[in-house]
Amino acid sequence: MKIEIIKEQFDPWEMLVDYKKNQLQNDAKIGASSIFLGTMRDFNDDKDIKSMELEHYPGMTEKYLTKLVDDSIQKFKIIDGLVIHRVGLLKPTDPIVLVATWSEHRDNAFNATREIMESLKSEAPFWKKESTNTGFKWVKPKGQSEDVVDES
Amino acid sequence: MKIYVKYFANIRDLIGKDSERIDIGKGMTAKEIWNLITNGSKMPQNILVAVNHEYVNIEHVLKDGDELAFFPPVTGG
Repeated sequence: MKIEIIKEQFDPWEMLVDYKKNQLQNDAKIGASSIFLGTMRDFNDDKDIKSMELEHYPGMTEKYLTKLVDDSIQKFKIIDGLVIHRVGLLKPTDPIVLVATWSEHRDNAFNATREIMESLKSEAPFWKKESTNTGFKWVKPKGQSEDVVDES
Repeated sequence: MKIYVKYFANIRDLIGKDSERIDIGKGMTAKEIWNLITNGSKMPQNILVAVNHEYVNIEHVLKDGDELAFFPPVTGG
């Protein structure tokens, strides 16, 4: 397993080749590799995005991602999993997140990669701050309205 | 009792600092500590709370030496 929060731009394809060769040692039991790569767009909600700051909670984020991949290994019987996530200043087209899983059969790897990615999006402590022509803005999760306060 | 409190993203902007060490009374919950820190400011309804790197609810009771964190809904990936 590999979990890495990375501050510099990375080449996902080079990382995958390197991991498969050196960590998985081209394991002949692997019949399926499933890969998700998220990259930065230059627009969001019809606004042009010039750059983006990505922040995380050191310690908690790594712990959460490790548990996520561990759980997937148990649940989907995958052979291994990898998550690489960028933090810091990103420009459009930069890779943001790489999720890869390896299994004997395709369903296991497809399902594991999907679940890791969906859980990461909804629960892993990362926050995006976008730079637009009108200034900086913290990104809200899709479907979430403006902050409301607890009146209790 | 002393605890360490961390703030992230727009919660850090709201509080005006990224972390602090504070004294709390025995049996205080995360929500009560928020009120102590902010002098009773209303807690954003969607705020997330973690203690020692695990999600908890706002009624979680803190212990001496705990690390408490307040942050908004996450937006990674």
